[in-house]
Amino acid sequence: MIEFRIDRRSGVSTYLQLVHQVRHALRLGLLAPGDRLPTAKEVVAATAINPNTVLKAYRELEREGLVEPRPGLGTFVRRSLAQPELASDGPLRTTLTEWVGQAVAAGLEREDVEALVKAVLDERY
Amino acid sequence: MSTIALEARALGKKYRRAWGLRDCTFQLPEGRIAALVGPNGAGKSTIMGLATGLLRPTEESIEVFGQRPGDQGSPDGLAFLGQDKPLYKGFTVAEMLRAGRELNASWEQEYAESLLADARIDPAAKIGALSGGQRTRVALAVALGRRPRLLMLDEPLADLDPLAREDVMRSLMAEVAETGMTVLLSSHVIADLEEVCDHLVLLIGGKVALTGDIDDLLAEHRLLIGARPESEPDFGPHTVIQRRDTQRQATVLLRTTAPVNLPDWDSDEPNLEELVLSYLRVAGAQETGDSK
Repeated sequence: MIEFRIDRRSGVSTYLQLVHQVRHALRLGLLAPGDRLPTAKEVVAATAINPNTVLKAYRELEREGLVEPRPGLGTFVRRSLAQPELASDGPLRTTLTEWVGQAVAAGLEREDVEALVKAVLDERY
Repeated sequence: MSTIALEARALGKKYRRAWGLRDCTFQLPEGRIAALVGPNGAGKSTIMGLATGLLRPTEESIEVFGQRPGDQGSPDGLAFLGQDKPLYKGFTVAEMLRAGRELNASWEQEYAESLLADARIDPAAKIGALSGGQRTRVALAVALGRRPRLLMLDEPLADLDPLAREDVMRSLMAEVAETGMTVLLSSHVIADLEEVCDHLVLLIGGKVALTGDIDDLLAEHRLLIGARPESEPDFGPHTVIQRRDTQRQATVLLRTTAPVNLPDWDSDEPNLEELVLSYLRVAGAQETGDSK
C-alpha cells in the first residue's frame, strides 16, 4: 500500500500530486496490477485533505485506464507503468549513470545538469 | 438538481446599532466542504447563529435542507460546534456524552464513543483536565453523535497548536469520507482551508463578496503580471478586481467571462489565498477611501 505525501508549498494542486504519486509508484513498480489503493478515508485520515480530492484523483487514474474501482472492495491497479529500462540495472540507467559521472567530472553543478537534461528533453518530447 | 444543504436568500440581521448581515445570498450544495471566510465582524458567526435558530433574521430567510430554523430549535440534520466549545469543565468526558444523548432526539452513543476511542481520550477524564486539542475532539464527538447531515464549525482550529490542528482536521475529514456529510467551516486563516475545502463563501462587511465551488472560482480568475502599461489597458469583457502597480510592473487580478487572450501579460490561475486576499484588500481599500 502506498502512502501519499502532500506538499502544501509546491504550487501543484493536491489532486495532481495524488495522480503523480500513483503514476510514479506504478513506474517504479512500487504498485503492481491487483494492488489496492488506500481508500479515501485512509488517505484523508493520514493527510487531512478533502476526501472529494482523493476521489477526483482516482477518477482521473481510472480514466487513464490505470486503476479500476470494484464496488464495496476499493480501487485496484489495472496496469503497470514499469518498464525494464527503469530498473536499477537497466542498460539506459547504466548509460545515464556514466553520463552523470562525466558531468560531475566536468565540474557541472546539479542545476546545470538539470537545465541541460531539461533542454534536451524539450527538444525531443 | 443536487440538494441544497444551506441556503440564504437576501438574508439580513440587524443588531441594536448596525446591520451584522445584509442582503446575503448563497447556496451550499450537499456534500461540499465549504469555507466561510471573512475578516472579524464580517458576519460569519451571525450566519451560523441564524442557521441554528439561536438568532432570528431581520430580513428574508435562511433554510437548512429546506427547513426554516425556528421554534422547534435547531433544524433536523444540523449540528453546530461553536467557537466557545460548549463543554462543562466539571463534567467527565462520559458525562458530557450523556448530556449529548439527553439533549438530542437522534443520538448514536456507540459512534460517539468510537470517536473518543480513536482520539485515545479516557471517558473518566474531567473535561477541565484535557488539552485544547482533546477538548475539541470531545466537542466534535458530541456534535457528530447526532449524525448530522450538515456540520457547522465556527473557528474550530483557532486555539489549537499545529499538531492538534492536524489531528482535528484528519479525524474530521475521515468522518466526512465515511458519511458524506456537508461541512461549513469558518476561519480567518485561509492556509488552514486550502487543502480541505472545495466551496467558498467569502463575507466582507456583512455581504457575500464571492461564492461558489473553489475550482470554478479559481478557473474564472486570472492573475496577470506584465510591464506597467503607459495608458489604461483594455481587458475587454473581463472585470478588473484588483490592480497593483510598481514602477515597472503591474499585477492585475481579473475575473473572466471567456478564455483570456492577452499576449502582453503572463497569465496564471491564482491560488485560493491570492484570490481571497485580493478581494479583502480591495474591500479594505474602499473602506479607508470611504472614511476619508
